[in-house]
Amino acid sequence: MTAALQIEGLKKTYDNGFVALQGIDLTVEPGDFFALLGPNGAGKSTTIGIISSLVSKSAGKVSVHGVDIDQNFPLAKTHLGLVPQEFNFNVFEKVEDILTNQAGYYGIPRNDALRRTEHFLERLGLTEKRDTRARMLSGGMKRRLMIARALIHSPKLLILDEPTAGVDIEMRRSMYDFLREINAAGTTIILTTHYLEEAEALCRNMAIINHGKIVTNRSIKDLLRDLHKEVFLLDCAGQLDSGLNVPGFDLEVLDDHTVQVAIEKGQDLAEVFAALHQKNIAVVSMRNEANRLEQMFVNLLEQTA
Amino acid sequence: MNRYEQYVAFMTIMRKEIRRYLRIWSQTLLPSAITMSLYYVIFGNLIGSRIGTMGGFSYMEFVVPGLIMMAIVTNSYANVVASFFGAKFNNSVEELLVSPIPPYIILCGYVAGGVSRGILVAVIVTAVSLFFTRLPIYSPLLVILVVALTSILFSLLGFINAVFANTFDDINIVPTFVLTPLTYLGGVFYSLDLLPDFWAAVSQANPLVYVVSAFRFGMLGVSDVNIAFAIGMILLCVLAAFSYSLHLLRTGKRLRT
Ligand SMILES: Nc1ncnc2c1ncn2[C@@H]1O[C@H](COP(=O)(O)OP(=O)(O)OP(=O)(O)O)[C@@H](O)[C@H]1O
Ligand SMILES: [Mg+2]
Repeated sequence: MTAALQIEGLKKTYDNGFVALQGIDLTVEPGDFFALLGPNGAGKSTTIGIISSLVSKSAGKVSVHGVDIDQNFPLAKTHLGLVPQEFNFNVFEKVEDILTNQAGYYGIPRNDALRRTEHFLERLGLTEKRDTRARMLSGGMKRRLMIARALIHSPKLLILDEPTAGVDIEMRRSMYDFLREINAAGTTIILTTHYLEEAEALCRNMAIINHGKIVTNRSIKDLLRDLHKEVFLLDCAGQLDSGLNVPGFDLEVLDDHTVQVAIEKGQDLAEVFAALHQKNIAVVSMRNEANRLEQMFVNLLEQTA
Repeated sequence: MNRYEQYVAFMTIMRKEIRRYLRIWSQTLLPSAITMSLYYVIFGNLIGSRIGTMGGFSYMEFVVPGLIMMAIVTNSYANVVASFFGAKFNNSVEELLVSPIPPYIILCGYVAGGVSRGILVAVIVTAVSLFFTRLPIYSPLLVILVVALTSILFSLLGFINAVFANTFDDINIVPTFVLTPLTYLGGVFYSLDLLPDFWAAVSQANPLVYVVSAFRFGMLGVSDVNIAFAIGMILLCVLAAFSYSLHLLRTGKRLRT
């Protein structure tokens, strides 16, 4: 199956010499709901800018639904809907005109464009504001206007760059519902966010990006499981066998006297002690070790704050 | 995009452009109507009556074609430079850049907007001029051709200006310091015959001379320069400006990072 988005070795050095992306690999499968998580300045918007042609890449390959942007960017663009981080509509235009025009830019005939405008005004709760100039909308409405605009040509892949910035909790919830719904209807969604909770609430897979590099890329389930593991270091008397294991537990012998064990939710450390006891291994002392992944999140969050 | 989709995209941009200047008509259509009426009154009636004939026509008849051209030049330029720079300034140009529209369609859409405003204002100031004088039309075909080429040319120049502009001041610099002087020195108000040989020769380097002369020839049948040559020069400028604009748009200069 062709990936909805395939990125290989993507690099970006801005004109001022700043290296924003140091070689990114990313694959998003069709139908996925994918989060790109990272602190300020990680390179999220740069990556999205490249996919949508607003930023030129320095190296690497990008394809959208199997269409290489170097081969046929216009075709790749028809598959893509973009909700940028910053408002980028003409604030003097009316809400409905912004939508109808955008449809026209994708070659959708006017009658159809008007019909789609109607539909998305309704779906995003903007029908009452159709005649309002965009500058008179509230921040959350502007955000919804950009979502409607991104969907007007029925893209297969929707990319949202921090869609919930400046959106209140209630609105956020209804936005989540809406995104889940269009994802269920078949649209692949990628969103960027600073918040693990947001990724957790919405997405199936995620990548964490920092300093222009992908730090980790896997399913949210796996990640959360790892994140919630408690890690202990057990100092043991006597020589440890490097092949030591306890069925059902994540055990790692670090040196002759130390074994590391990661406990998931629902597992009991006492079972490990019992198993070791049976093998005639005496535990002398025990330390709680910081979870590496958790540590990373703390670091990321500190950087974001 | 197939041909039809490109046509739809073109019409969308053009419609948006037309609605923009109609919406703010008091800034886009009215000023030229007022300025030109003042010119008609002052140069045509008050002063013109003392000047006598120029090129075999009353001064009013002589000056009206030049003023109409001036309105077309100013308005087509102003429309594209203001609109495209505005789109760049508020980033709404990104709506076009992320869409699959080919660059030449974007360019044609903006130019069509500029051309339509140039022509609309021309019609208005022509209508006003009829209160002051009668207007002969020597060659309707030539009139149409010159109006079309001129408004296309100055729409393109406005586009180039918008691409390079960083501030709202930058979109006034060229009109104020280049366009206006060249128009005034381009034979709108006088026949080049009046100039000493040296300055008449220098004037040949001013593209506005060809525009004004060719248009006046279309109306009155008299001209300061060879018409075929003038049309050739305008056409050359249009081609050069179009290629350069398209190059700017394709490479995304100052539009993409
Ligand atoms: N036009 C530019 N010229 C030079 N450097 C830039 C440019 N745009 C972005 N950068 C730099 O590239 C890095 C990545 O920026 P980017 O906008 O991609 O981050 P981000 O992950 O989207 O951050 P945020 O969460 O704050 O939106 C930042 O250090 C930024 O300063
Ligand atoms: Mg960003």
